[in-house]
Amino acid sequence: MADIATREVYGRTLVELGGERPDVVVLDADVSPSTMTCYFAEAFPERHFDCGIAEQNMVSIAAGLASAGKVVFVSTFAVFAAPKVYDQVRMNLAQPGHNVKIVATHGGVTVGEDGFSHQAIEDLALMTSVPGLTVVVPADGPETEQVVRAAAQTPGPFYIRLGRPKVPAVHGDGYRFELGRAEVLREGRDVTIIACGLLVAEALKAAESLSAQGVGCRAVNMATIKPLDEAAVEAAARETGAIVVAQEHLEQGGLGGAVAQALARRYPVPVEFISLADCFGTSGPADALLEKYCLTGPHIADAARRALARKRS
Amino acid sequence: MSNSADQESPVAASPASAHANRVGVFHAVSQKGLSTLQETARRVRRHIVQMIGKAGSGHPGGSLSAVEVLVALYFQVMIHRPQEPCWPDRDRFILSKGHAAPALYTVLAEAGYFPTEELYTLRQLGSRLQGHADMTKTPGVEMSAGSVGMGLSFGIGTALAARLDGKDYRTYIMLGDGECDEGQIWEAAMAAAHFKIDNLTAIVDRNDIQLTAHTHQVMSLEPLADKWRAFGWHTMEIDGHDLSAVLSALEEARGVKGKPSVIISHTVKGKGVSFMEHDPGFHGKAPSPEQVEQALREIG
Repeated sequence: MADIATREVYGRTLVELGGERPDVVVLDADVSPSTMTCYFAEAFPERHFDCGIAEQNMVSIAAGLASAGKVVFVSTFAVFAAPKVYDQVRMNLAQPGHNVKIVATHGGVTVGEDGFSHQAIEDLALMTSVPGLTVVVPADGPETEQVVRAAAQTPGPFYIRLGRPKVPAVHGDGYRFELGRAEVLREGRDVTIIACGLLVAEALKAAESLSAQGVGCRAVNMATIKPLDEAAVEAAARETGAIVVAQEHLEQGGLGGAVAQALARRYPVPVEFISLADCFGTSGPADALLEKYCLTGPHIADAARRALARKRS
Repeated sequence: MSNSADQESPVAASPASAHANRVGVFHAVSQKGLSTLQETARRVRRHIVQMIGKAGSGHPGGSLSAVEVLVALYFQVMIHRPQEPCWPDRDRFILSKGHAAPALYTVLAEAGYFPTEELYTLRQLGSRLQGHADMTKTPGVEMSAGSVGMGLSFGIGTALAARLDGKDYRTYIMLGDGECDEGQIWEAAMAAAHFKIDNLTAIVDRNDIQLTAHTHQVMSLEPLADKWRAFGWHTMEIDGHDLSAVLSALEEARGVKGKPSVIISHTVKGKGVSFMEHDPGFHGKAPSPEQVEQALREIG
């Protein structure tokens, strides 16, 4: 399957949803040609509202629409869809439980050349800290379509993080996403890599290279970060005894924090983290940035070996 | 009591008959009707002072300034069903200045959303009446509030939903004047005019005082009416304690097409209680038991 950006799939899926459901309304903040809600705007202009560069207003408008029965998709870049509107998400979406889906594009450092101001690396920490908010990071195009559809069918507020670049597909066309359930992409008995987003593909590369060296590596796609599939985390700890968490995000919070908490509570084992260490991003091509911040398959494989070495014999 | 909600059977009324009632509901309020509303406002003030006094904390000043507008809306203007708070065709009232929750709770209770005795559970553990308005707990509260600046945006959402659904319910939003320090208010002011939202009326409770001091000392708002006009709003200024003026302005707003309307409602913070009036100290301070007694004597 050809590489495709998750935001591109989102834009196409929204149009399908719009045709199926008259109650779907879409809001954007002057970035619809980048979030790809422009497709929906073209197909259903009366149900697409560009709120201008005013994200806080947009999120609260979404809440009002949802209070009157609409299923509202709200899109902008992740840096504006999480840090900039935290209070509105907390007050207007999460506490009331309104049926609003924030679909944040341009998550992580792979935004690239625009630099740190546009690279959301803390959004998952922020959004997982909001009570009642479901947080999902799909790995590829096929999963994005499934996640967007699941969000439309599931009442309540969502934060869905997508990316800017094209990414390879790790799923086939027949894939069925289950909200809140981990997906074991590859089995192994020695160590487990738990990843989300575009690092799932990198985790699979790491697992393959480890396997070639005789290390059995389980690879888990943890698209739903909240609520976390703690049973799958515990099973990985019990059955493989060492864990690596990989996310395009700060080490603090997000998937890393959630997995570490689950392990501490249920079955502590050595954990290594593939993530940004207390720093902001920088300008550069996406691939170079993944390498700079050690977010690639070889680095994940190294982390797996470190975790293995820490296992109690 | 000429409560528009009482003019139709909550059970029998279809949306069509409700819409018919929307025309000319309140443009001719009799002197008797006005005195009934004034009497309701007096009862509301008594409850506000007593419930905050009993709670030992709360925001009396900005609750007392808002009373006449709330009474006009809930007992004369809005079409709503206290026994069916989520009736889809109801007019919406959104209290954006969520700290005035005691005033909203009181009109809701007086209108029949819940028993007035419940007002005296305000701010207690387990109460449905939270310190700031909470839509998940209190029947009739449309939006959780307390972090100011969000209500006008939320109201744009309900107004757009009415337009999309071809319904003719109206949205009313009460803002604090201090709240207009928030940038989001002006984001929403721009958006409402841009989207030509004419099924929405904002009311700014212009009591001139915010938490620390008078508004002109904390952050200059004037010329406030000119700001709203410049943002494309049909702008009115009234004495917010004159029920006739409040009703007239609300009716005028309903007739404005193609743009949103705002009523700058000039009020007195702590209205009706001499030692609270114009005093920033009673923005967020409860009266003592002795002060409650004095306040009740003054309100009558």
